[in-house]
Amino acid sequence: MTEAAAKTGIRIVVCIKQVPKAQELQVDPVTKTLKRVGVPSEINPPDQNAREMALALREKHGGEIVVISMGPTSFDESLERAIAMGADRGYLVTDRNLGGSDTVPTALTLERAIEKVGQVDLVLCGEETTDASTGHVGPGIAGHMDIPQITYCSAVDIAAGRVRGVRMIEDGAETWEVPMPCVVTVDFGCNRPRQPTLTGKIRLKRGGLITHWSAADLGLEPAQIGLKGSPTIVAKVDTVQLPSRQGKIFQEEPTIAVSLLLEALRKDKVIP
Amino acid sequence: MAERFDAIVVGAGPAGSAAALTLARKKFSVLLVERGRAPGQKNMFGGRIYAWPLFDLLPDWQKDCPVERLVTKENLAFLAEDASLGITFDSPKLAEGKAASFTALRAKFDAWLAKKAEDAGAMLITGIRVDDLWREGGRVKGVYVAPEDRVAADLVVIAEGATSTLVRKAGLKADLEPREVSVGVKETVELPAETIQERFGLAEKEGAAYIYAGYASLGLRGGGFLYTNKGSISLGLVISSEDLARKKLEIQDVQTKFRMHPAVQKLLKGGKLVEYSAHLVPELGRRMMPRLAGDGVLVAGDSAGFLINNGYTFRGVDLAMASGMAAGEAADAARAAGGMSAVNLAAYERSLRARNVLTDLETFSRAPLYLKSERLFDVYPRLLIDLAERVYRVDGAARERLVDSVLKEAHASGVSKLALLMDLLRGARSM
Repeated sequence: MTEAAAKTGIRIVVCIKQVPKAQELQVDPVTKTLKRVGVPSEINPPDQNAREMALALREKHGGEIVVISMGPTSFDESLERAIAMGADRGYLVTDRNLGGSDTVPTALTLERAIEKVGQVDLVLCGEETTDASTGHVGPGIAGHMDIPQITYCSAVDIAAGRVRGVRMIEDGAETWEVPMPCVVTVDFGCNRPRQPTLTGKIRLKRGGLITHWSAADLGLEPAQIGLKGSPTIVAKVDTVQLPSRQGKIFQEEPTIAVSLLLEALRKDKVIP
Repeated sequence: MAERFDAIVVGAGPAGSAAALTLARKKFSVLLVERGRAPGQKNMFGGRIYAWPLFDLLPDWQKDCPVERLVTKENLAFLAEDASLGITFDSPKLAEGKAASFTALRAKFDAWLAKKAEDAGAMLITGIRVDDLWREGGRVKGVYVAPEDRVAADLVVIAEGATSTLVRKAGLKADLEPREVSVGVKETVELPAETIQERFGLAEKEGAAYIYAGYASLGLRGGGFLYTNKGSISLGLVISSEDLARKKLEIQDVQTKFRMHPAVQKLLKGGKLVEYSAHLVPELGRRMMPRLAGDGVLVAGDSAGFLINNGYTFRGVDLAMASGMAAGEAADAARAAGGMSAVNLAAYERSLRARNVLTDLETFSRAPLYLKSERLFDVYPRLLIDLAERVYRVDGAARERLVDSVLKEAHASGVSKLALLMDLLRGARSM
């Protein structure tokens, strides 16, 4: 049902990553890397905005939404969640050889997966991830595919085979128009991601919507991926100690405590 | 293309899971939808389940049912501000055969029962709140969650608890009235299993149940309960919401006083409060029941007001499971009769009677009204305790016969002999 499926409307791929929950971020004091095991995780929040944008586009133009991710099998959770929220099907590229990949092999791998899905009109990514914040992968995919891209997009429109996207910049907004297929990276917080639906959860439960691919399935050589395929070298990681706060607790009766708190805030010019 | 099932059950509590399990066994395709992230997450209750329906529903339930303790000790205690008077019935017979009851934690029990429904073939979906019934031409066609998110079915079983909005939206019942519901609160207090056994005089798997009257509810209509779990104690109150509103009392304040009562403190000593929850309890039984069946819809469990409180037993979960089974059987009968019309689904009432759900509710239908008498919760517990004090007090002053003590105490409490007699008679007739 995949590559050769006759297509109506547009086919959108949304790339998602599973990241540790922002409030739960912990740095391993020894390795100085982000703890990823045993901490609650979520779909990278900007990717949720990308998924929401895809749903709105599908409502308007019809078609199909395919979610793709790369990572350990625990990432199925995020693909499942995306399907429960309305995506049609998902692919997870999962392979030990991919461990240690930086943004270069990651973009290459996702590009291969997108090619394998086939007949893709639009690739949506979050602007960046909350755990690494590079913003490289979306543009990397566009580079590998040699197609146009619009980054940091907060609104898109499709007409006559072209995508018109508004991107927010420091002092205003730019509007770009590019032909499809193209890559759009989506501005964090530009829309309100909807919740899982009953229909989506039922489809998910009926099964068969998530497929796993290995690096070999995508024709990737071990030298192209993982640590070997990654030019990035982490030379040093510093953790910043934030100055501790005063942490005063007002323990008086609520009415008195509130007025004391207001007084203190006014004194420090936190409020007028 | 809308998804479609033969039956959709809303709510994966004891009623909903029992209905889904029964329906799945009768070869219905079943969707069981739960609002909480997991079955049991949105529930609370005192913690005792009468086991009898499980012998029918899952004959080998004892193999893996998450039982905390089998109740072998029943206690009834009247509290005054600083004293208590108790009756204990201690018998291994309480835990024998179909009459057994056990304490359980709803998060575990509900998950277990829902899993049984899934194993039988029902599809369980959690984390979804059904917003309304999907109706067309007065007939229920399925459930509605949001625009573009509806699922079709021939039958919807509403089993979403005491505060069911679907029952109201389906036009089966008017809004809840304060007099129809009580407020329940429950605290879970952690204690080591050995401490519980020692303190309550229990063997390893045995449990105790307490019902408290009088000062427990500060004399308001209602009462307190305490159940022993494996490594924790459930302590709580169920109080008339009408009374709380009238007396302008917050139930958590009453609960604090109850917990701090010396008779209760002794049992909780050294424990750690780990959980607090609150819930509405349907209180009027037969007298607040919605219509139980409509075209393409049945109502089960708390949503139907299936709860019996006759003063000494407090039943909800068993009636919920039995009603879920009855709903499944009624659907089967209706299918054989040609479809899920209200006429065919009238089989539900017959099935409820066959399982003694409606019969018991009718037998005790006077109890809610009798238990509305405030004398029962305020005057009599104090009277009993004052009486006990008078009877057991030997201080060298002249003594009197028991009957004189009773009448004197009654008089001192402002209750006439006639009122006392009437209350006794009415109590005997309704309980």
